[in-house]
Amino acid sequence: MADTLTFHYDVDGENFTSAGQASVQVKKNLRQLGFDPETIRRVSIAMYEGEINMVIHAGGGTADVTVDNGYIEIVLSDTGPGIANINQAMQEGFSTAPDNIRTLGFGAGMGLPNMKRYTDYMHIDSVVGEGTTITMRVNY
Amino acid sequence: MTINTIKELLGAEMLCGNECLDKDVHSACGSDMMSDVLAYVKDQAVLLTGLVNAQVIRTAEMMDMLCVVFVRSKQPSQDMIELAKECGIAVMTTSMRMYDACGILYSNGLNSNG
Repeated sequence: MADTLTFHYDVDGENFTSAGQASVQVKKNLRQLGFDPETIRRVSIAMYEGEINMVIHAGGGTADVTVDNGYIEIVLSDTGPGIANINQAMQEGFSTAPDNIRTLGFGAGMGLPNMKRYTDYMHIDSVVGEGTTITMRVNY
Repeated sequence: MTINTIKELLGAEMLCGNECLDKDVHSACGSDMMSDVLAYVKDQAVLLTGLVNAQVIRTAEMMDMLCVVFVRSKQPSQDMIELAKECGIAVMTTSMRMYDACGILYSNGLNSNG
């Protein structure tokens, strides 16, 4: 791919029903660009989990997706409460989500582990009280 | 197993996706926790769930699932059905409980591995 493509999305933190719309759009864009289904699925699942996290924990944020030579990068940024202990947050089953989120099918402590599972690179920058930026890459 | 066979085995009512009845489903997953569903990629899968909100359809879409079965006679909203139509996902509802619905599909040859 000769040129770098970028997509920017604002993730609405007020509406759980609409959470995931940015991921749906990215999926459509990657499909139009002719990516293979496995790459599209990995990118869209990782981004979807990240979007849900931003809605649950941070009141929304932004998502920037870059299609570069050999990889697709997703950067999710929010100005939420931050993650106090990243190692703990990466453990499957650890969750700080409120109970009402579990009744909606999320908050089982699988979000961050799933994001790592589906990507080739993942880095979390987080400052308590300031926010979190997660950078993920899927190679293709 | 075709979507039509799933419908027959579960005595289910189709809510959308009648044009998908002949499609082959290779694996199945039963859960009310969407992150558990997202943890394990299935190929051409059906999702059985008792959870009813738009994220069920969106999760199925992210996983390229072909069909969603709502158990215990759960009825998705019209918005959810419209979302499923847009994504080309067949949706049905059955009066069976999750355990029974999964057991019947499993004993008829549909397992979690595809």
